Amino acid sequence: METIQKHFLSDMGIMLGRSMRHILRSMDTIITVTIMPIAFMLLFVYVLGGAIQTGTDNYVNYLLPGILLIAIASGISYTAYRLFMDMQRGIFERFHSMPIARSAPLWGHVLTSLVSNAISVVVIILVALIMGFRSSAGVLSWLAVAGMLVLFTLALTWIAVIAGLSAKSVDGVSALSYPLIFLPFISSAFVPTESMPSVVRAFAENQPVTSIVEAMRSLLAGQPVGNDIWVALAWCLGILIVTYLFAMRLYNRKAA
Amino acid sequence: MQNKSIQVKGLQKSYKQLHVLKGVDFEVGKGSIFALLGSNGAGKTTIVKILTTLLKQDSGTAAVNGFDVAAKPDNVRQSISLTGQFAAVDEILTGRENLIMIAKLRHLENPRQVADDLLNRFGLTDAADRRVATYSGGMCRRLDIAMSLVGKPQLIFLDEPTAGLDPEARIEVWKTVKELANSGTTVFLTTQYLEEAEQLADRIAILHEGKIIANGTLEELKKLFPPAKVEYVEKQPTLEEIFLAIIGKEEK
Repeated sequence: METIQKHFLSDMGIMLGRSMRHILRSMDTIITVTIMPIAFMLLFVYVLGGAIQTGTDNYVNYLLPGILLIAIASGISYTAYRLFMDMQRGIFERFHSMPIARSAPLWGHVLTSLVSNAISVVVIILVALIMGFRSSAGVLSWLAVAGMLVLFTLALTWIAVIAGLSAKSVDGVSALSYPLIFLPFISSAFVPTESMPSVVRAFAENQPVTSIVEAMRSLLAGQPVGNDIWVALAWCLGILIVTYLFAMRLYNRKAA
Repeated sequence: MQNKSIQVKGLQKSYKQLHVLKGVDFEVGKGSIFALLGSNGAGKTTIVKILTTLLKQDSGTAAVNGFDVAAKPDNVRQSISLTGQFAAVDEILTGRENLIMIAKLRHLENPRQVADDLLNRFGLTDAADRRVATYSGGMCRRLDIAMSLVGKPQLIFLDEPTAGLDPEARIEVWKTVKELANSGTTVFLTTQYLEEAEQLADRIAILHEGKIIANGTLEELKKLFPPAKVEYVEKQPTLEEIFLAIIGKEEK
């Protein structure tokens, strides 16, 4: 028993190495999680951006937080997909009949989700810098932004775990990502909510993406963040805790 | 040391309304090949899942290498390996990467060496660095079994190891299983092919409607039937023999 606990981290590391290979060998994944968000960013900045009035002179600065959230939302749908494929094939049964912690394969997927999304976030920020993104944020603000993104990734990852464990087909798994990718569009991520009709505006201003985007935007601009960061934290932590508990229950039932 | 690898008493399991196992008893001696024979849906896989700690029984006891599967699952997992009904290989990784991954998860000294040895033993050295998705069914199965041998477990479970394989690949797998048993590993295999049980097993148990209805060596099972009568029948080659003969010629 102790040996199983002792090796938990290294076992999880091996699982991480395995899924990272899956990602690097899948052109589809790489395109969807990095190239697509970058294409969105180019499209919004150089095609639509000229017509959008945000009250800031640098639209890349305005846009970047929303693009990062879209990248993460499309990234986690691959987490759901990889988990689903593992459940379908025999490989999870092999892992579960081996002397390794029962939750190690699952945590491997969660860790992979964090690492791979972090990589695509960094790549997108680098491209944004080339496109003229500038930030006056200090180290602490950047850390706060990073923490926010990690929390958001984790919250969505546990949603993905639930989808991956409960889906009946591959189509079902991939359907998950569409509403998540769509949420930033109905928020203040691309345009200020003031321009929206009242019903849409009410939704946009009270859904989690707006507070997360606003908090990150203020942090990156070196401005006071106000209430947004607490609302954003509450959303992320709330979703995280509920989905984590639900996902773990589902996993223990499915894999027991 | 005790000389039983598996001891099962009064094993029962139901899925909702369906009463799959209705009191199963059997024992498997160390170092033997034990075949569990039964038609589709007889509950063979359920027994394998209970013995490999993937599923809990409703009642009855099962012990593997002296450890109760319900009470000491971690000890059980230390000494067994499962080759499930569906090839438990990672198709995106190469054969070598698959073996190294399992060797690392078993915390062996030299994962690379372990992988090389097994690739060699299973005739997969040439395909070692190709993705498993490109393997044939037989190669996949061989890799699957090789992965189960990483770390030299005392007992290996093969759940319908030849299902879906062509005759050549099936004979390859049979050869592997025989070699395993010669090296002292206990093999528990399930099959629906009578010939497979006949070819491989030291002991055969027949699972039917949730119970073991016969259990013994092939000789013992034969005695259950009326004595053989002598009849003269023209011996036609089976299609399998014809197939293998033609294939053999082609390769020469």
